[in-house]
Amino acid sequence: MGLNRNVSLSTALRYKGQGPFLSFILHRIGGLGMAVFITIHILSVYIEALGWKIGDILNDIYMNWAFQIFIFFCVLFHAINGLRITLLDLFPRLSTYHREALWIEWALFLPVFGLSVIVILATAVGG
Amino acid sequence: MNRSESRSLPLTKRGLNFEMLMWIFTRLTALAMYALILFAIIGALIMGARQDMNLADVLRWGFMPNSPHVQSTDVPDLGPWSTPFWRIVASGLLLIATAHGVHGLVVIADDYIVTPRGRNTVRGISIAFMLMMSFIGLYVIWTS
Repeated sequence: MGLNRNVSLSTALRYKGQGPFLSFILHRIGGLGMAVFITIHILSVYIEALGWKIGDILNDIYMNWAFQIFIFFCVLFHAINGLRITLLDLFPRLSTYHREALWIEWALFLPVFGLSVIVILATAVGG
Repeated sequence: MNRSESRSLPLTKRGLNFEMLMWIFTRLTALAMYALILFAIIGALIMGARQDMNLADVLRWGFMPNSPHVQSTDVPDLGPWSTPFWRIVASGLLLIATAHGVHGLVVIADDYIVTPRGRNTVRGISIAFMLMMSFIGLYVIWTS
């Protein structure tokens, strides 16, 4: 059988899920990004311990500002969005205000992430 | 739809199965990871991180409190950072995060792999992957 959706790809791309859908898809991107990074990170430390020198190449990637901005986006968004999901799910009465919760989430995420990006870029430029 | 009515189902009719348990597991492990990371950061501050580490280093320690994560900082002695106590905290964080993360991957895969046989295959691979990453992670934490 395989993949069987009732919507075409063009309909899916035009889906206007707005804020909740944006946080849903960014939560997935963040989770996937962390899963890939942490898997590579743990495996490479293990491989290094076995004597295969792979760490220097990977460290160059981890130290790169673009990678740091990406992985910090994954971690911070997944953490803040996950806290919102957890609180709304454990206290269902709060879900009346789920749109407001999204605004609070972005009000927390944007300043913290923006400041971090500035620090990461300043460090990358200043050495 | 009246929300309070829809939530008055008795527990036996709510479908208390493995998927439901994993749903609550995901939420509770999220809170547990918040608690463990906060705990590790407070521990780092007590061990003198305020003088010897910058914020990024403290966060790196918070996300996984094992001593190689503070090797590149100005911490004078790695001894207090590599005690069995911190290895146990790191092990707890590792096991919780691995279970949470692998279950998240299964949830994503379920959106694209819909046949019972495909889903069983995904679950088999995921369990093997989770066990492998848990053991390798524990090995790294307890031998470094």
